[in-house]
Amino acid sequence: MGRYVARRLLQAIPVFFGATFIVFAMVYLIPGDPIRALNGERPISESAQAVLRDRYNLDDPLVVQYAKYVGGLVTGDFGETFRGQPVWDIIKEKFPVTAKLALAAFIFEGVLGLLAGILAGLRRGSFMDNLVLVSTTFIVAIPVFVLGFVAQLVLGVQVGWFPIAGIQEGWYSYILPAMVLGSLSLVYIARLTRTSLVENLRSDYIRTAEAKGLPRRRVVGRHALRNSLIPVVTFLGVDLGTLMAGAIITEGIFNIPGVGREVFLAVGSQEYAVVVGIVTAGILIFILMNLVVDLFYAVLDPRIRYE
Amino acid sequence: MSDQRPAGGADTLEPDDEEAARQEDLLLHAASTQPAAGALSAATAAEGGVSEYQASLWGDAWRQLRRKPLFLIAAGLLVLFVAIALAPGVFAQVCNSCAEFANQDPRSPANFADLSRSVETPSAQHWFGFDIQGRDYFTRVLYGTRVSLIIGFLVVGVDVVIALILGCIAGFYGRVFDSIIGRGADIWFALPTTLAGLVFLSVLDNRGLFQVSAVLIFLGWPTLMRLMRSSVLAGKEADYVQAARALGASDWRILRVHILPNGIAPVIVYATISVGIIVSAEAALSFLGVGLQLPSISWGLMIADSQGRLLSSPHLLLFPGAFLSVFVLCFIVLGDQLRDALDPRLR
Repeated sequence: MGRYVARRLLQAIPVFFGATFIVFAMVYLIPGDPIRALNGERPISESAQAVLRDRYNLDDPLVVQYAKYVGGLVTGDFGETFRGQPVWDIIKEKFPVTAKLALAAFIFEGVLGLLAGILAGLRRGSFMDNLVLVSTTFIVAIPVFVLGFVAQLVLGVQVGWFPIAGIQEGWYSYILPAMVLGSLSLVYIARLTRTSLVENLRSDYIRTAEAKGLPRRRVVGRHALRNSLIPVVTFLGVDLGTLMAGAIITEGIFNIPGVGREVFLAVGSQEYAVVVGIVTAGILIFILMNLVVDLFYAVLDPRIRYE
Repeated sequence: MSDQRPAGGADTLEPDDEEAARQEDLLLHAASTQPAAGALSAATAAEGGVSEYQASLWGDAWRQLRRKPLFLIAAGLLVLFVAIALAPGVFAQVCNSCAEFANQDPRSPANFADLSRSVETPSAQHWFGFDIQGRDYFTRVLYGTRVSLIIGFLVVGVDVVIALILGCIAGFYGRVFDSIIGRGADIWFALPTTLAGLVFLSVLDNRGLFQVSAVLIFLGWPTLMRLMRSSVLAGKEADYVQAARALGASDWRILRVHILPNGIAPVIVYATISVGIIVSAEAALSFLGVGLQLPSISWGLMIADSQGRLLSSPHLLLFPGAFLSVFVLCFIVLGDQLRDALDPRLR
């Protein structure tokens, strides 16, 4: 187990460096001089600009800049904005909002997706099964920003059940954005659960379990479901990682001040340090979640052993 | 190969009809996909009236598909979208007053504006109403089809080629190639798609069809590559591949003749669904303001423009949104149906 974790961590290192380097290089290529952009009506003197360039390593070649950035990361330094605010402070402030939204979406998609998938998979070809298949196909076809606006218009404005935007009303204001954000994954979870359950219900060990007279609930719950959940757990874990990295579109529509909206604003205002910092944090979370999911396999499926 | 038709299919046909239909299919299919050997054997079969035939995976799939109403509806929609993309002007004529209005500027019917009619709601004369500039919305939505279709097919087409090449190399030659390509794909998977698209596109000053497609191609290849790789891995160990190798076939011939035709089905299925996903992604990027730029006509841009007027004129959101959703739905249904038809275990 320990060796497996070590190996996986080692494998994650090049992925981390590769992904962050790609983003870093892209941001490096953004045209325009950020220091010049700081100028207001009165231009900053050349010497002051030189000091600023030196402070943000802007005169170094790409690889050196990246190396210095990673060097800072090791000590927990995510860089600072051109206004001198540490990026870590921004992440600390915005991340809890995104985490709440992600958690709400996660609960929504997990509970409803599993429920729909199990109901559909237990009776293949039934009305419930067809209902789930048809409705999920429709949901997956509607782009998230269309869904977001329609939900906002209908449930927020016309019916008035939910707040339209912002997070003033605590957890309650997260419900509508979470439903929009989780809708796509909900479809995958429902379908994955259904397919997996249908396949497992046909297997020999289920016939054996039924033949030895186990009650239906135990056959389904203990034997079929537990085996069917492995791909679903993989998806859920990876998806939580994705959700935590911030949802640009959903946060934008519902005006939720999380990391996704922050990145979007930062791209517009050329605050590259914020962009790189938040994307880096997102990549870290994604890699960690993948590792956790892999380790969690062993708990669900005793046949999997890590040597 | 056995003459037995798989369970399901045309139980209702009389045996004779069934036989005739089968022959017909066979000719159709053989002519389209396997010009040399297939057509020959089909011709002999037809001439001699022999009941034996060679059922290929694609032939079987096609015979199944053409009896599925869902597939036919989706395929019909696709044909309609392609036709609209080719000649949006012709379809704009369907709504007479829309066409008359828009044709006042023959150079660009979709851009003719009458500000006095700004954000007018849909009416019998102008089915989709007017946008903020007073342009006929029906015409604009129709003209928006072209961009989506081009980006969808271009991106997925190039990605499939990349996936085929890299997937074959990784799966067939393994070892170092597999590690390099596999780790590369891992890196790409770790990039959050919307975020990466946002950052990459904001680098570019001038964003047209080509630039947006390039970024989507850049971000989209890993899933298809992995599918291809696992197909090649599974195919590599098959007996017929070993036999071909023993007979001295070259790597290129083994890949081309034996592994690819047998392993490409999952890639085709996912590629079909991908067209929908990519079109949706293009709209999302345009919506965020980093995709296509005006004066391009794109559903994503229209939806982005409608953002501030959601309450007063929801039709600005609903029409392009509906077209976009139906377009994506069409490809998802096609992919689903293809998968069912191509996977013998699901029959």
